[in-house]
Amino acid sequence: MEHQASSPEISFQPAHRTDTVKRIWKTTIVLSVITLIELALGFGLAKEWYGNSHTAILIVKGIICILSLAKAFYIVSIFMHLGDEIRNLIMTIVVPLLLFVWFIAAFLWDGDSWKNLRREYNKGTPAKQHTTVTKPEAEGPLK
Amino acid sequence: MAQEAIPQGYKWWGGGKSPFNVSYGKLMMWYFLMSDAFTFGAFLISYGTIRFSQEYWPNPNEVFNAFPGFGHANLPLAFVSLMTFILIISSVTMVLAVHAGHNMDKKGVQKYMLLTILGGIAFLSCQAWEWTHLITGYHEVLVDGKLTLLNTTVSHNPWGPHVEYNGQHVGTPGPVAFGGYFFGITGFHGFHVFSGVVINIIMYIMTTRNVFHNRGHYEMIEKAGLYWHFVDLVWVFVFLCFYLI
Repeated sequence: MEHQASSPEISFQPAHRTDTVKRIWKTTIVLSVITLIELALGFGLAKEWYGNSHTAILIVKGIICILSLAKAFYIVSIFMHLGDEIRNLIMTIVVPLLLFVWFIAAFLWDGDSWKNLRREYNKGTPAKQHTTVTKPEAEGPLK
Repeated sequence: MAQEAIPQGYKWWGGGKSPFNVSYGKLMMWYFLMSDAFTFGAFLISYGTIRFSQEYWPNPNEVFNAFPGFGHANLPLAFVSLMTFILIISSVTMVLAVHAGHNMDKKGVQKYMLLTILGGIAFLSCQAWEWTHLITGYHEVLVDGKLTLLNTTVSHNPWGPHVEYNGQHVGTPGPVAFGGYFFGITGFHGFHVFSGVVINIIMYIMTTRNVFHNRGHYEMIEKAGLYWHFVDLVWVFVFLCFYLI
């Protein structure tokens, strides 16, 4: 039986693709490979391959974040078929999501600022364990 | 799906048809998912804010290092890799069910929906095991100068920094927010997986009863599929924020 109109609102029926199944498996392989790379990088973090360098760890974590975004792109574009919808529909979904750019930057910045404020004005209180761990003597006379 | 050629100057907004070339139901599913993305995004960003505001945050490789049947072996990332692959595979079977629906292949839809449901149940079982492991796993930590056994709950956890105590290397209580965020966000995601499994079971029953076949199309499978892929999509970021970095 041929594919039928699912709704009278739809003006143009999707063309019959012959390579759909092939495309699904290709995407599966891409997603699996990206996940394996992420796991390898994450395993490196667990085993401390990158040493104590803060910058190196940050770069590795950044790469993992970018790889996750790539996975999100493949899931949305191929599995959810958003890439095959008309441009106007894609834009009504994607443009509002740009709010995340501000959302993430502003709030992580805010969190970081909280940490700095606590360090400056509230010594010892939020990170009691940390300060006692690093410099136990300094806390001595205050107790 | 790629479309047939759309004539130049075609009037999308002339009325009587969808200006986005999709049915109302599918469009609203997209907008629901967009709003749900903001809900999950807000949770994860709030987690990030609190994490950034702390001097110390538990190391995921220390917290999530167990695998069922391997006792106390240190296996970071192993179990969560399994969970991730279960969800990816169930996403693939879902998209194959949607494809079978396009070809009006009832048997195919049934087969792949069943596999998707099994994948969802397997994922939920893994999550149940992981939660149980964290809630029932007690670790010795130093609280007010005394060694105390702590498990991982929303009010306390044993994943703080290590200190020297009587020549021993012992842990301390971790940031309180850790448990709340972990159980809150993975729980909210798990609830989505659960509702997805319920929706998929309903779709399976409707397929079996020829509802979609008599209707002439399997678009409902597509809408359920969108929800299911979204659940997989959210897991990509939960996996990233809690287990990888």
